[in-house]
Amino acid sequence: MQKRRGATQAEASAASSLRSTMTSTPFSRARDHLGDAQLVELYRQMMLIRRFEEKCQEMYTRAKIGGFLHLYVGEEATGVGAISNLQPQDHIFTHYRDHGHAIARGLNIDELMAELFGKDTGTSHGMGGSMHFADVTKNFWGGYAIVGSHLLLADGVALACKMQKTNGVVMVFFGDGATNGGEFYESLNFAQLWKLPVVFVCENNLYAMGTPIEVHSSVKEIYRKASAFDMKAMRIDGNDVLTVREQVAEAVEYARSGQGPVLVEAMTYRFRGHSAQDTQKYRSKEDVEQHRSNDPVLIFRKELIEAGVSSVADIDALDAVIDEQVEASVRFADESPVPGNEWLTDSGIYAAPLATATVDPDLV
Amino acid sequence: MPVLTVREALQQALHEAMADERTFIIGEDIGHYGSTYGVTAGFLEKYGPERIRDAPIAEAGILGLAVGAAMAGMRPIAEIMSVNFSLLAFDMIINHAAKIYSMFGGKFSVPLVMRTTNGWTQLSATHSQSFDSMFAHIPGLKVVAPATPADMKGMFRAAMADPDPVIFIEHTLMYGIKGEVPEGDYIVPIGQSVLAREGRHITVVTYSRMVHLSLQAADILAKEGIEVEIVDLRTLRPLDMSVALESFKKTNRAVVVTEDWQSYGTSAEIATRLYEHGFDYLDAPIQRVNFREVPMPYAKNLEQQVVVTTERIVAAIKKVLNRS
Repeated sequence: MQKRRGATQAEASAASSLRSTMTSTPFSRARDHLGDAQLVELYRQMMLIRRFEEKCQEMYTRAKIGGFLHLYVGEEATGVGAISNLQPQDHIFTHYRDHGHAIARGLNIDELMAELFGKDTGTSHGMGGSMHFADVTKNFWGGYAIVGSHLLLADGVALACKMQKTNGVVMVFFGDGATNGGEFYESLNFAQLWKLPVVFVCENNLYAMGTPIEVHSSVKEIYRKASAFDMKAMRIDGNDVLTVREQVAEAVEYARSGQGPVLVEAMTYRFRGHSAQDTQKYRSKEDVEQHRSNDPVLIFRKELIEAGVSSVADIDALDAVIDEQVEASVRFADESPVPGNEWLTDSGIYAAPLATATVDPDLV
Repeated sequence: MPVLTVREALQQALHEAMADERTFIIGEDIGHYGSTYGVTAGFLEKYGPERIRDAPIAEAGILGLAVGAAMAGMRPIAEIMSVNFSLLAFDMIINHAAKIYSMFGGKFSVPLVMRTTNGWTQLSATHSQSFDSMFAHIPGLKVVAPATPADMKGMFRAAMADPDPVIFIEHTLMYGIKGEVPEGDYIVPIGQSVLAREGRHITVVTYSRMVHLSLQAADILAKEGIEVEIVDLRTLRPLDMSVALESFKKTNRAVVVTEDWQSYGTSAEIATRLYEHGFDYLDAPIQRVNFREVPMPYAKNLEQQVVVTTERIVAAIKKVLNRS
């Protein structure tokens, strides 16, 4: 937690409870607070993301999935931990590496796989693909593929929340590479200026696509960029799901209380390349292997077993269920129909097509 | 019918829009400064800072916040003071406002109106441009550029009622233009062109401020016995060519007048559609009148040679008539 000027009552009370539980860990606190079933649920989400994406990679090499495929493998703890703090009335925006956030928010994986297969049953009828998962019924406004742009849309939804008095909070995910462009700074300024309920979650995986942070950012600690706006900020271990959950909970409550936005920098690491085509010349195999030895999903699995939250047999059985769900999503996607040609007409482009067509009906 | 200026008609339209509590206005200097062109003068005092949101000079942010708010159920009006500044918001307009409906499979839309102005008056290269064709090029946008006070008010109402993003293009040199405006509620639909003047010798196809200059040219030519028919397109996307083609089939000659650069500009699309759908009726090559293709100079004598004038429209019409 970064030092701040003057603690609020809630912060003071959090600090005091922290002192009284000096020997506790994020794990023990979460177990007390959430109960064993919820801990297993966090694991289930992380493993579902992992298995879903491993299947995506396989389907990509089999050419069932086209375009770009940006995998979240290695970063699961950040998305799952952060999103576990949100209520149904809250909102999510994310970037093109959006599979993990969508699954953590509870989007249907059949529809997600169908979207990747370019099928009509996909979350976006096959119009968006991997980078554009969305489900408005869950206030999951989508993955966006222009780096940094969606931070401003997140501000806009937060403004709507504030004006409509919904008590909703907007959580927006982006990478370290998004924090050098103008839209990042505009979005932080607007959010702090108008005290918008936004939790900015920077997933710092150390690379802007293939450019190391030492090369792309004048400030290496991304959370410090918030200081230019007098904005509350924190840097957290993004690889421990319970640490993420606990720290981001404070950010969410701060935003919800009307005090303004928070910038969270979650330190994490992407195990796979930027996209499926990435040859990863910018980092060594040893580096990747070293990070892989701290796999957030496997570490949490081990913790659950060692603490007696779950038996090996139970967690193996859960993994098997996940594998079957992922297989079922592939069957669903395979068997689904492709989108119709109406998507190539005005009715696919406009919510209210006009009498005069914009698409030339005589097009040869 | 009462006679109002374009500014007054827009003010009425904006007050009507504000009757919907989902509507707010976000833009630069719309409140405390008192509005650059006076359209939102007094709005801050009437509606308060929650709904009249003076924004930082950050055009991407203005559009981005408006797009997000629109997605979440608001009915924002984003004001970009000068269309030249919209370049800083093009990512928001083109990659977001225009794409979100189809890219997410029609699950949500962006009911946003972006007001902006074309115009020039010795403002030099970066403050005197039109990007009409750049907006109108983009599937997913609706683009309107009305010419009269009545159409300003009626089309603004249509734009606010539309669930899709609408680019509403005004003109700094038109705010003082007067015209009759119907009383009460009325809508002028998006995507319908109209005859601005009847005539039988030649068709002028145009929109926005160029309608008024074309009308002046027609008055001059009427004294020489030349009857000019003028089509006001009113909307650039979707482009309703039905009135223009009907006129062209009668006159067999056309001049296209637009206040932007000729190459790849709106006049290129309009002329092409006349050729494509009216080729058999063509008696002479179509002539275009546009900005000369240079960055706008500051010096008045040079600026006057770049912009479209009544004299240039008259000359173009005569040229087409003499060739047939």
